[in-house]
Amino acid sequence: MARHKMAIHVGNVFVGSETGLLKGVDLEKKACHNLNNIQDVNRTQEICALCWGNREETEVCVGLRNRLVKTYSTEKNEFIECMECAGGSGNITGLAKYNNHFITCVQSGLVQVWNDQEDKKIEINAGENICCMRQNPQQPFLIATGGKENPLKIWDLQNPTEPMFKAKNVKNDWLNLRVPVWVLDMQFLPDSKKIATCTGHHQVRVYDPSASQRRPVLEMEFDEYPITAMSLTSSGNQAVIGNTHGNMALIDLRKGAMVHCYKGFAGAIKSIQCHPTQPLVASCGLDRFLRIHNIDTKALVHKIYLKSRLNCLLFRSEWQSDGLSGKDRNKDNTSENVESGFHSDTDEDEVWEGMEVVGSKQSKSNTGNEDSEKGRKRKTTKSDEKHNSSLKKKQKQV
Amino acid sequence: MAAESVDSGSMAQKPNIFRIKNKIRRAEVYKEMKKEQRKIQKKEKKRKMVEAKALGDKAPPKKIPRTIENTRVYDETMVNSLDEEVRKDEAEDEMSTYFNRKTTPKVLITSGDKPRTRTNQFCKELKKCIPNSQIYYRRGLDLKKIIPQAVSKDFTDIVIINEDSKEPNGLVISHLPDGPTAHFKMSNVRLTKQLKRHGAMTGHMPEVILNNFNTRLGHTVGRLLASIFPHDPDFHGRRAVTFHNQRDFIFFRQHRYMFKNAKRVGLQELGPRFTLKLRSLQKGTFDSKFGEYEWVHKRHEMETSRRKFFL
Repeated sequence: MARHKMAIHVGNVFVGSETGLLKGVDLEKKACHNLNNIQDVNRTQEICALCWGNREETEVCVGLRNRLVKTYSTEKNEFIECMECAGGSGNITGLAKYNNHFITCVQSGLVQVWNDQEDKKIEINAGENICCMRQNPQQPFLIATGGKENPLKIWDLQNPTEPMFKAKNVKNDWLNLRVPVWVLDMQFLPDSKKIATCTGHHQVRVYDPSASQRRPVLEMEFDEYPITAMSLTSSGNQAVIGNTHGNMALIDLRKGAMVHCYKGFAGAIKSIQCHPTQPLVASCGLDRFLRIHNIDTKALVHKIYLKSRLNCLLFRSEWQSDGLSGKDRNKDNTSENVESGFHSDTDEDEVWEGMEVVGSKQSKSNTGNEDSEKGRKRKTTKSDEKHNSSLKKKQKQV
Repeated sequence: MAAESVDSGSMAQKPNIFRIKNKIRRAEVYKEMKKEQRKIQKKEKKRKMVEAKALGDKAPPKKIPRTIENTRVYDETMVNSLDEEVRKDEAEDEMSTYFNRKTTPKVLITSGDKPRTRTNQFCKELKKCIPNSQIYYRRGLDLKKIIPQAVSKDFTDIVIINEDSKEPNGLVISHLPDGPTAHFKMSNVRLTKQLKRHGAMTGHMPEVILNNFNTRLGHTVGRLLASIFPHDPDFHGRRAVTFHNQRDFIFFRQHRYMFKNAKRVGLQELGPRFTLKLRSLQKGTFDSKFGEYEWVHKRHEMETSRRKFFL
């Protein structure tokens, strides 16, 4: 691909694959572009972890199997930094950024915070067989680690010698046998100290460090296969989980019950991410497809074939549109689009209110145009009027 | 059976067959009607042929009948052979060591616990069919324990034949160092002695023919099946093993071919014959509980269209 062509591609979703390719997917165009060259990569550069490099989400940090961490800049469309994380063994299982320093975690349990001179600032030994490390998005000095026979531990980077919270295993099961531990993914719940984990023994557990117990506050089971990926919805009460058999479901973390399942997967789900504002959830897995579902309606919004097995993904909060189609299309425009969508919702409500009882069918577009200016004012009473108008309609029909 | 299809013939009056309550008489009238229909169709066909010959080049083109394969739902995972990414992916996948000629296949054949006669016979035929293979009795051992031992003894593949109701009905092929595991449903198993006019199998290296493995998943399965057989076929032995994929069913046949002249070939079937259908493809060696699945057949979600296939 020529350099000038690469400059145009804007991604909404970044997906890392097993072959080592970082792909940027433009959802409006349903197109995907390889952000690095196919000739340059091989299996040893399999992408194991992805994270945002900065708050503006213009830099993507990529953790590779050969323990390199590369930073890709979306503005310049090239890899700008490369860092080697020596120490420990196994591939990179977690990557995060704290005060512009990288936090890396490898499978043997060595968590390191690197400073600018590629020197270790802080080193933590989190036990063996780590499967996942996550950073609290609201309190970036807190990280959580967990793995196979390695219970959940929360570390405070300001006091790295001992974990701030170490979870205790649940009680023996009904046969009085020890329940095995295998933490595969975890998420910090927003606005609280709680943390939710999903395990390889198909359990989802919620821990609360501020509560008096070290055992999970909530435990629920889902299906019969290891749950490999988890992501919280924007509300924070619900989570989307996916397992190795290709079942993805929305569960309620307060009730401890499944709300509904998403369909269409054929292979194991490796990574899920919910969008922070829109009700969309992106998922990728071993069946080489990137799927975007609507969280509430379960509808499949996008399904894109990305020829390699996919390992991890990043969902951008604000969707940028293509620079090709004109310079006036920029971030402001996309936020306008979001607002006009909001308008159309109130338009529909106006239609219900504006409709006459005696059944003269006015076309939606006419009433919509008339009432769009009054949209905001009637917001508070729209539910009542809707109810009234629907009642009137029922009476008319009877 | 009583309802009548529209026929192209010029029947003046279609008898209302379903009004005849007597089954024997109804069947007779139906037979007569079908005979008439067939006669008319034959006449039409002959007329068309004569016309086409008479017109020569100006004849209207032959109509292509609609088949399910013709009208297959567009699959975006169909592999384009020039696709760089797929090529790179395949050049580095688990079976690439076979295709790069770094390993030669050594196959371990086993069955479920306490196999019945038919399964045993089938295993023995498979052993004859696949060169460089060995049969081991299962004896109740765990597969997860067998696999590391097989790896240490340099086996490259393990083939497990599952049986139910005294018939072999499942096949698990696991490529060994860390390769994918495919679980197939096996049906229509015919041993050599059940085939008519079968030939005697010899030990020559067979030629492997893989038909119709077009999608990305099909590619992986095709490579897995091909990596069981040795690289270089012995053309002198004229033995061919075919895996033909049609509508997601993989048909296994073994033939001895003989060219009678440049255009005609004689085929003699040897060896067992069976049909496979892929149930799941799992990344890594056999681990049905904790393994990650690359593809799982989900009947109610996937079988929504009769014209959608995955391999």
